[in-house]
Amino acid sequence: MIDGPYLEFEKPIMELQKKISDMKEFSRVEDIELDSEIKSMEGKLKKMQDSIFAKLTRWQRVQLARHPKRPYTLDYIDLITTDFVELHGDRCFADDNAMVGGFAKLDGRPVLILGQQKGRNTKSKLYRNFGMANPEGYRKALRLMQMASKFNRPIIILIDTPGAFPGIGAEERGQAESIARNLREMTNLEVPIIITIIGEGASGGALGIGLGDRVFMLENSWYSVISPEGCAAILWRDAAKAPDAAEALKLTAPDVDKLDLIDGIIPEPECGAHMDPSLAAEKLKKQILIALDELDPMTPEELILHRIEKYRKMGVYTT
Amino acid sequence: MDWFRKSKDGLVSQQKKEIPDGLWTKCKGCGEVIYSKILEEQLWVCPNCNYHFRINATKIISLLLDDGQLETYDDNLSSLDPLSFRDSKKYTDRIKASQQKTGMKDGLISGLGTIDGLPVSFAVMDFAFMGGSMGSVVGEKIARTIERAIEREIPLVIVSCSGGARMQEGILSLMQMAKTSALLAVLAKKKMPYISILTNPTTAGVMASYASLGDIIIAEPKALLGFAGPRVIQQTIGQDLPEGFQSSEFFMEHGFLDVISERKDLRRNLSLCLQYTYDKPVNG
Repeated sequence: MIDGPYLEFEKPIMELQKKISDMKEFSRVEDIELDSEIKSMEGKLKKMQDSIFAKLTRWQRVQLARHPKRPYTLDYIDLITTDFVELHGDRCFADDNAMVGGFAKLDGRPVLILGQQKGRNTKSKLYRNFGMANPEGYRKALRLMQMASKFNRPIIILIDTPGAFPGIGAEERGQAESIARNLREMTNLEVPIIITIIGEGASGGALGIGLGDRVFMLENSWYSVISPEGCAAILWRDAAKAPDAAEALKLTAPDVDKLDLIDGIIPEPECGAHMDPSLAAEKLKKQILIALDELDPMTPEELILHRIEKYRKMGVYTT
Repeated sequence: MDWFRKSKDGLVSQQKKEIPDGLWTKCKGCGEVIYSKILEEQLWVCPNCNYHFRINATKIISLLLDDGQLETYDDNLSSLDPLSFRDSKKYTDRIKASQQKTGMKDGLISGLGTIDGLPVSFAVMDFAFMGGSMGSVVGEKIARTIERAIEREIPLVIVSCSGGARMQEGILSLMQMAKTSALLAVLAKKKMPYISILTNPTTAGVMASYASLGDIIIAEPKALLGFAGPRVIQQTIGQDLPEGFQSSEFFMEHGFLDVISERKDLRRNLSLCLQYTYDKPVNG
């Protein structure tokens, strides 16, 4: 993955990778033995990667979560399931292209899988509304989840959104109501719900499909009550202070894990999921299958009871 | 406008010595200057333009509950600072300042009371405490208020007034939305009524959780209601917002409110809604 856009702090890694690949190409074309040189440069690369990624700032993690090459929901669906049949529409107003979902087979087993979808180029970004769902997206998600509950299929959710869409139509059609309803109704679903934040987990837009039995975060994802930009605009009165807000919000996977609000962190390939999407998907799938195994023996009543208890405990205060 | 205010102050300075502060109040709706005593008699609604002034949690309790009485619970629940959050000020300092200003530990009063003899588990938010924002304490107190309704099998009434989830507690604040909504699912299974009352403003994380989940939702006139703040929407879409956008009337028009009630009718409307949805046990 040495082509295409990269982040500022990835630049030295990209340059060195390019050099190594050039040297390999040179060695092959000219048939000159350069193995020791290549090996030494690869050692240097590893060291460089380790030193950059060992001390990532929270803001750099946010940037990784938004990396233009990062795998999105449909990429993971393609990589971890087979026979995906996408299902559309909320049976009420519209089909929201920022929210995708449908039935698929996970290791041959039927599941419902859904999540927000971002676009990769200008056209698809607009088509997917930058991964910002409208009320019809949350209502489509709920319709599909209730169908999965009806037919006893576990629900796999992948979250990746910069927020629920803040627009006139969204307010007219009840953005707040659609998210609130999902939170209440997801509590009552009678099948396992396994959630992973794969990129951005921004606020109510993320939580609107985010209540379940297991919640994981990919190593370089973020999850918080507001985006760093939004927080900076309000508390610092300057959106450019987003890096400071990211630090203050403690929004990385290790931060959220430390607060005991998630069930685990799914490691990403070295230097981020975009460097090796297949490996990232493999790790994601492995964790989902472990969670499914744990939840399978539970009755619907047990699932619901544990789910309520899980959220009931969340909060830090003194009496 | 400083020069203008100064000269006005100068003119009334002699009177000011004799009369208590706040004798006159300027209406934010029409600009009319109103005698505060009259305003109080009118339940803090402008007699000229019907603008509903924001009132604090204590006044809401006097307005809605029998004898203005609420047996309060969980008064000592207080915020910690789990993120060690700091922007221009420390979160702990903001909390202290709000506690001093309001005399409350956090932005919500909750407990048990009656409305025309019907028992209710009741909670009311107070905007004066960090914009009524919901952190762990507000979320926990709402959760306990719902649980008291579940355990005692009595109706739930929540009066909301909030800008949304409290940023200073990060994702913990977000999770209060899930916590409160999950418990409302339990209350709904018990078939106990929940009346949600929305006052100015009720937005974002509070609107996107318990405030929107009432069996019956009542709002005061012209309250600001919505998911996203108007400024954010304006910046996103890059055009002016229509007149009356995100008001109670707008929400009613689009089907998300049952009743818009003027403050003078609020108690009666609430009481009737409780009577229509709840039968007091004969021995209760």
